[in-house]
Amino acid sequence: MSAPPALLQVRDLNVRMPTPAGTLHVVRGVTFGVQPGEMLGLVGESGSGKSVTLRALMGLYRRPVTVSGTVEFAGQDLLRASEAQWQATRGAQIGMIFQEPMSALNPVLTVGTQIMENLRTHRGLRGRAAAERAAELLDLTGIPSPRARLNDYPHQFSGGMRQRAMIAIALASEPRLLLADEPTTALDVTIQDQILRLLLRLREELNMSVILVTHDLGVIAQTCDRVAVMYGGRLMETAPVGALFREPRHAYSLGLLRSLPGSGARRAPLQPIPGGPPNLLALPPGCAFSPRCAYASGACLGAEPPLVPVAPDRASACVHAAALPSLTGEVSA
Amino acid sequence: MTARPLMDVRGLSKAFPAPQGLLARLRGEPRRAVQALSDVHLSVQRGETLGIVGESGCGKSTLARCLVRLQDADQGEVRYEDLDVLRLRGLDLRRYNRRVQMIFQDPYSSLNPRMTVGQMLREALSVHRLRPRAEQDARIQELLTLVGLPPAAAGRAPHEFSGGQRQRVGIARALALEPDCLIADELVSALDVSVQAQVVNLLLELQERLGLTVLFVAHDLRLVRHLSHRVAVMYLGRVVEVAPTEDLFRAPKHPYTQALLAAAPTLDPARRADAPAITGELPSPLNVPSGCAFRTRCPHAFARCAAERPLPTDVAGAQVACHLYSAPDGAVPG
Amino acid sequence: MTATLTPAAPAAPRARRRWPKPTLLIGLGLLALLLVAALFPAQLAPFSPTEFDYNAILQGPTARHPFGTDNFGRDVLSRVIYGTRIDLQIALFTTLFPFIFGTLLGAVTGYAGRWSDALVGRVADLVVVFPFLVLVIAIVAVLGPGLTNLYVAVSAVGWVSYWRLTRGEVLTQKKAEYAQAGRVLGYSPARILLRHLLPNAVTPAIVYLMTDMSLGILLGASLGYLGLGAQPPTPEWGVMVADGKNFMATAWWISTFPGLALTLAGVTFSLIGDGLADVLRPRT
Repeated sequence: MSAPPALLQVRDLNVRMPTPAGTLHVVRGVTFGVQPGEMLGLVGESGSGKSVTLRALMGLYRRPVTVSGTVEFAGQDLLRASEAQWQATRGAQIGMIFQEPMSALNPVLTVGTQIMENLRTHRGLRGRAAAERAAELLDLTGIPSPRARLNDYPHQFSGGMRQRAMIAIALASEPRLLLADEPTTALDVTIQDQILRLLLRLREELNMSVILVTHDLGVIAQTCDRVAVMYGGRLMETAPVGALFREPRHAYSLGLLRSLPGSGARRAPLQPIPGGPPNLLALPPGCAFSPRCAYASGACLGAEPPLVPVAPDRASACVHAAALPSLTGEVSA
Repeated sequence: MTARPLMDVRGLSKAFPAPQGLLARLRGEPRRAVQALSDVHLSVQRGETLGIVGESGCGKSTLARCLVRLQDADQGEVRYEDLDVLRLRGLDLRRYNRRVQMIFQDPYSSLNPRMTVGQMLREALSVHRLRPRAEQDARIQELLTLVGLPPAAAGRAPHEFSGGQRQRVGIARALALEPDCLIADELVSALDVSVQAQVVNLLLELQERLGLTVLFVAHDLRLVRHLSHRVAVMYLGRVVEVAPTEDLFRAPKHPYTQALLAAAPTLDPARRADAPAITGELPSPLNVPSGCAFRTRCPHAFARCAAERPLPTDVAGAQVACHLYSAPDGAVPG
Repeated sequence: MTATLTPAAPAAPRARRRWPKPTLLIGLGLLALLLVAALFPAQLAPFSPTEFDYNAILQGPTARHPFGTDNFGRDVLSRVIYGTRIDLQIALFTTLFPFIFGTLLGAVTGYAGRWSDALVGRVADLVVVFPFLVLVIAIVAVLGPGLTNLYVAVSAVGWVSYWRLTRGEVLTQKKAEYAQAGRVLGYSPARILLRHLLPNAVTPAIVYLMTDMSLGILLGASLGYLGLGAQPPTPEWGVMVADGKNFMATAWWISTFPGLALTLAGVTFSLIGDGLADVLRPRT
């Protein structure tokens, strides 16, 4: 991954969570970068570690959860930053939006108050100036009659409007990086479409980088520039979005794309990935995906395959990366 | 639509009273209601898969629940062959439920956590006296094999299974009654993508083998397109369009269907829209717009849409409830 | 094409056996001890619990009378041992009926709802507006003192807690999809309620039952102390504490040892309740 200096560079990120049944190694040696203005999709199934990765970047974990590795944001290692440095970064330069806006918004404060709180903390705006800017932000996120809605409480907003309001709060500090954790999963498809277009427009207008965590490959295809596929706590593949959907270079990405309906004749059997997600307490030897993989061979069972460059701007942790077929024409709709 | 339908829904309506505050009640404000289903017409042919799609609050789940009598409809009629479904009681209702089974969405709450899989299946067989006691074990094994579970599954409790396996158990429990119609409400939406395909294949295979009629209620358009012979699109308690699957996805006629399909994210990164397919929020189901429910978000809306509710009209093999198609000189949107 | 072509996911690893917490084991151990004392008092107690011995009045703890003797020369240790049976009996009979009646009523009204729920709810409100102890004392005062009347009085009041707990739980459980599946499968309401909902809804009531047993013992003791429960010379712990109160300054052992026995029984049931809550939690 040779490119202009990244805004965010994550190296060998590990997250371990102690549980009564043993320590869960939820994120295992994840390395990736985000360029300024880039929208990176982090895709994976439940337990893949995608949301945990995002939360670790935001510094949301406290003991007994341990986070190791380096997270370099604008030249500064966040994992070794002091609490004061964190305060100056989190919320100010890195914003975050969540899946459930209703639980992420404070129900007893008006939306306007919550935006202005962020404006005061990170931008030093107060009073009339803050109110003006808050209305501007609501307008920017596509909320009609923004001035009037500043005085509304979150419960007076519909689901889609709440998500817009949460985005407005996150944008108040003019972050350079927005972390979005399944921001549209709880929304209806027409509203999801609106929010995704909004994120794309904002990225364009504000030259912001976005990391979008989702399990929906359609959302990835429709919004991201680059994709990182996670499985069992590890990065399986990183690629530009077009290339991933055309010719995945990891057997897991391939299997995932092939399992979606639309690739074969109507009512024909789908091509599922056999088995279920891995148990993080009892990972198989070698590649975590190997027990479910159609291409698995002896080479997959030794050491866990590292993520290595396989083409310009592409990396894969698959032993059989070069041998996988392309999907041209197979995936439609 | 020549054959007599297996199930025929006519003018089905259902409203839920909205929770009302004490103050509002004391002031004597009229009690408001959520119109979950409003004059729904639908027919299901024997052996087909009818997909029912729509966004939250469109009434698709309420429809499914009314059809198995988990919910009582306010108005309308449901015919199942010669049965007047909404008037069935007691033993007749149980006989009907034997023929029309439902599979639930949540693999975690749809199985009694304190019973083993074998106990659940045996209960279903015993209650309906489907097998003498001596043959029940064999039948349980048969059912488990049918849904692709190992024989040992009979002795295990739900917590020992993964989400996909639990859905298989739910399917086996429904099949124990030897139904001829399955209503699947969001069958796979709680499962991981890679596991969804496993359960979808099972449904396809079972339908083939057992000649089942399936009502597939889902919000995943790709899945509905793959599985269904015909698709009904619902919006705010109304069926706005019913059409053969390929027609509906290739050439959607109702403006809402068009918007819904355009909004669904495609897997092709090269086909990316700049603007949202449709603006505006879903209206509150407490306050459905007059006339056509979709008119507030419809790019083609005109005066008549507010005044008069459009009736389903036959348009090239589809039923569409839109004034664009009933108006004498209405412009047909492309 | 056969249905079995679709490979099922390998069975999720069997959940590791959940060992009961040490609290439960300690609680059960103590209960066993109490049961032995209740079942075989004659074998354990060195003396008769009721026989007077005027040669050994108000003796402090000695090797012969480890818990001392009371003002009639009765051996306190023997009386404490014989009291176990009575107090365990009180624990059982003050809770069993409220548990059974309250739980079943809660299940039925929670499931049926409507007027039955409203009706029982009003009756329950009526019962709880009076302080528990005051109401029990009032009823016993009307019926007359004695253990049987004590059981009647506690039962008339105590069911409300079980009704509340079970009703709430059934209200939650009946919304679960497995309950709805039961309806679609054509199961009778009685089957759905008793076979499916109740086993999933009864846990809080069972846990509360354990706490309630220790409260029951204390209640029995309190009423015994007030002279409304067990009547002297029955060796009931509460009565013994009451009997000893006049001698607190000179012969502390008369009240203290039965008091400790009360505490021990209370702790026993609390530990069991705590441990049961963990064991009975359904696994998901």
